[in-house]
Amino acid sequence: MLELKNITKSFGDRTIIKDLNVTVKDGEILSIVGPSGAGKTTLLRCITGLEQVNGGEFLVDGQPFDPYTNTSNDSVIGVVFQNFELFPHLTVMQNITLAPTMVLKESKADAEATAQKLLDRLNLGDHADQYPYQLSGGQKQRVAIARALAMRPNILCYDEPTSALDPNLRQEVEKLILGLKADGMTQIVVTHDLTFAKNIADDMLHVEPNQAD
Amino acid sequence: MHYILEILPSLISGAGMTLQIFLWTLVGSLPLGLVLSLGLNSKFKPLKWLIDFYVWLMRGTPLLLQLIVVFYGLPLIGIVFERYEAALFAFILNYAAYFAEIFRGGLQSIDNGQYESARVLRLSYWQTIRKIVIPQVVKIVLPSVGNEVINLIKDSSLVYVIGLGDLLRAGNVATARDVTLVPLMLVGVIYLLLTAVTTFVLRRVEKHYSYWK
Repeated sequence: MLELKNITKSFGDRTIIKDLNVTVKDGEILSIVGPSGAGKTTLLRCITGLEQVNGGEFLVDGQPFDPYTNTSNDSVIGVVFQNFELFPHLTVMQNITLAPTMVLKESKADAEATAQKLLDRLNLGDHADQYPYQLSGGQKQRVAIARALAMRPNILCYDEPTSALDPNLRQEVEKLILGLKADGMTQIVVTHDLTFAKNIADDMLHVEPNQAD
Repeated sequence: MHYILEILPSLISGAGMTLQIFLWTLVGSLPLGLVLSLGLNSKFKPLKWLIDFYVWLMRGTPLLLQLIVVFYGLPLIGIVFERYEAALFAFILNYAAYFAEIFRGGLQSIDNGQYESARVLRLSYWQTIRKIVIPQVVKIVLPSVGNEVINLIKDSSLVYVIGLGDLLRAGNVATARDVTLVPLMLVGVIYLLLTAVTTFVLRRVEKHYSYWK
């Protein structure tokens, strides 16, 4: 369980997030929705440790946790970026196994076996030796998911998972996210697409542009 | 023809010096340029200013002058180099400055998302540089580096100023002695052969990196 307590984030004197409280329960999906400029992505970047918050605290299973400085390999938060950010010079397999071998010190064989399972699970079994430029948008996204899952995260976060894909792929992404939920994965999804958010979410967080400015 | 065979040994031994300067300068200046370019992108401003100054100095004065300063000037403050070492020292420092600027451009063209993607996978700074950034930078900068490499073959002829016998000097000596342009024409042909081989190697290296886009 991840709890955010009184989280505040500002850039200079612009406050983007003010005293935000939200709880993400294990195995559930939290959708963060709101108009663009409301700070959805900023909030996600705080949760994933890409931005440092100015106030408030994070608790994982009741224990204080700072995503920005956390270096332990527990309490890992995985991220699927809007543009996936695969490593273009590495094959699908290398994209997935790089961090497990370098950071978790898994053996190459173990990491590849895990990666192959993830790829099979995501219907990418035949694509292990391809490079990102050879994949479609939907395939790239699934590689990005596999790459994040290979680090065995407690929580998987998505930034606008539908925006870089064809609209008709939306149901595919819904199925994928609900499939991972069935496997027990806790997920946080930032989206501006309300229908999509409602279809997948156990809980919704509406963020509005800060009126104080 | 007989005359050509007569002067060829001295030209070839001159070409040997040219090649030595060429190879050792690359061996020294490419890694040094890479390290300097990381410093140029550093957040620690004094380091950046220092390297900026260095690059300005090296690119802002003629290499010929730098050779003279290293060989004739530095002994005045107690630093004495042999001719050959002085030439390598000046060439490496000079070319590292150009390579640093080329690599800086390459580093800046790597999307920030790649760093963030590596960060959320918990790769360290050096792991990210080594496994994610450098392989991509190498591909981007290859054509510009190739340009400098070709330049270096011909720039190496400047070592005559501190009394080293390279290819051009060998031709000059023969021309002055025998009052004919044939040796210098031959020197031109040898330079063309050297650049042809280098161009071929550079193309092969570029081709090697064409497996991803």
